[in-house]
Amino acid sequence: MQTIEEIQEEILEDFDMFEDWIQKYEYLIDLGKDLPAIDEKYKIEENLIKGCQSRVWLHAEENSGNIIFSADSDAIMTKGIVALLIRLLSGQSANDIAHADLDFINKIGLKEQLSATRANGLLSMIKQMKLYAIALDK
Amino acid sequence: MFEVDKIRERFPILKREVNGRDLVYFDNGASTQKLQSVIDTVSNYYKEENSNVHRGVHFLSGLATDKFEETREVIREFIGAEHTHEIIFTKGTTDSINLVASGFRSLLNKGDEIIISELEHHSNIVPWQMCCEYSGAVLKIIPLKDNGELEVNKFESLLSKKTKLVALSHISNSLGTINPIKEFIEKAHKIGARVLIDGAQAASHISLNMQELDVDMYCFSAHKMYGPTGVGVLYGKEDILNEIPPYQGGGEMIKDVSFKKTTYACLPHKFEAGTPNIAGVIAFKSAIEFISDLGFNTIAEHENYLLEYATQEILKIEGVKIYGTSEKKSGIISFNIEGIHPYDIGVLLDKMGVAIRTGHHCTQPIMERFNIPGTARISLAIYNTKEEIDVCIESIKKAKQMLS
Ligand SMILES: Cc1ncc(COP(=O)(O)O)c(C=O)c1O
Repeated sequence: MQTIEEIQEEILEDFDMFEDWIQKYEYLIDLGKDLPAIDEKYKIEENLIKGCQSRVWLHAEENSGNIIFSADSDAIMTKGIVALLIRLLSGQSANDIAHADLDFINKIGLKEQLSATRANGLLSMIKQMKLYAIALDK
Repeated sequence: MFEVDKIRERFPILKREVNGRDLVYFDNGASTQKLQSVIDTVSNYYKEENSNVHRGVHFLSGLATDKFEETREVIREFIGAEHTHEIIFTKGTTDSINLVASGFRSLLNKGDEIIISELEHHSNIVPWQMCCEYSGAVLKIIPLKDNGELEVNKFESLLSKKTKLVALSHISNSLGTINPIKEFIEKAHKIGARVLIDGAQAASHISLNMQELDVDMYCFSAHKMYGPTGVGVLYGKEDILNEIPPYQGGGEMIKDVSFKKTTYACLPHKFEAGTPNIAGVIAFKSAIEFISDLGFNTIAEHENYLLEYATQEILKIEGVKIYGTSEKKSGIISFNIEGIHPYDIGVLLDKMGVAIRTGHHCTQPIMERFNIPGTARISLAIYNTKEEIDVCIESIKKAKQMLS
């Protein structure tokens, strides 16, 4: 299993290839479309992340010390970002997730996604993933 | 003759680029851009005139006070109010409504009723819910029709002796519906209820006359009228403003203060506690003058043309549904594209330099009514152009293509 840092490096390399924002956003849209569907039974109020214009459902479970995430969103762009976060964090150890430094978002030029209105969503998403990791850590 | 290019020159921000493209600003319902004259007045105030109002005997205080009060008079004329002291300066529409709602609760008894509508902005819902919670009054809701108009018949059936207040918006910020407020006001007055109109979306688009409307209270915000943020107006008929107890206590709103009994100043000062947004109020006058000089005929002609053109063009895009198709409509187009979340449209349009708003627009009950998470909203202003609409439509098509 690659470490979170290694995956971040990989994502950065992927994004380096894009020449303009259109390619970048199309890639995000594709990631969103390819994100494995979350089990419908997890698309419930309790799993909704607040503070987002689009709705995001996040489910986490523990599997021999590692945390497995699945998620969905009704907006495709949000789903693309969720997909990146899942690629990065799902399957990692609770401890690594809780301490992960996720600076890749700035580096891949999605910083505008972090501006207060939009990203509340993104920040809440990261926070929620870390909280799950801490809560599920045995 | 109306030349939009000349108008655009007066708004410096319209020259800037966003994300490498010429800015197309279609979020005027949220806040309009500012006139150079407004910006200059604010800046000049701090450079040349700054002082507190109504307080000092010195030269600058007198100057600031005179200018501050000039705006009040200009607004009186602009909205056709009878008295200058019926114009109260607030922070904005939200503040104006809260001022009334917080005072009104002491005039209400358990079981009294307040009527609002399904298309209100949250600022014309929540203050009344708070008012009802406190007073035991009951909130009644006029429902919406599918086209975004209010059910006038249902309104009539809600009216009764228990109705104390009707609070409605003049124009819906989400649907663009222009409500027939004169009709609502007449009907409410017949049974002795007072009427407050939220004119946040109206004041820069249609001509207002308080005396003709015979409205009891009317609110609007300067920042949606090419003026500064942090300034709003509550117009109220003298008698009702005298009836409503003060909102905030403090300096400037008193006649005499003692620990035994404090008496309140007369109108308008009774409702203007503390140091107001002096620079903003003074600069608001420049915005009102801009609107008055253009005249509402010119404004309506240009904005209606844009609305019609934009509506026609956007409907050519497959899968588009417009929310709000009332007969009388202001320059607001709320839409969705089948299978696409409005947020995704908004993000991509932004990358293409087009600023629109997405989401529920502080009108969640409307979204619930239509069972949608939100809409993408284009809201127009006097400086917008046909070419900008073309850019926007092309951008929507491009976004749609990327998202499908
Ligand atoms: C219909 C309506 N009412 C009230 C408001 C609130 O105005 P403000 O934020 O200036 O207080 C708005 C603005 O968003 C509005 O569109």
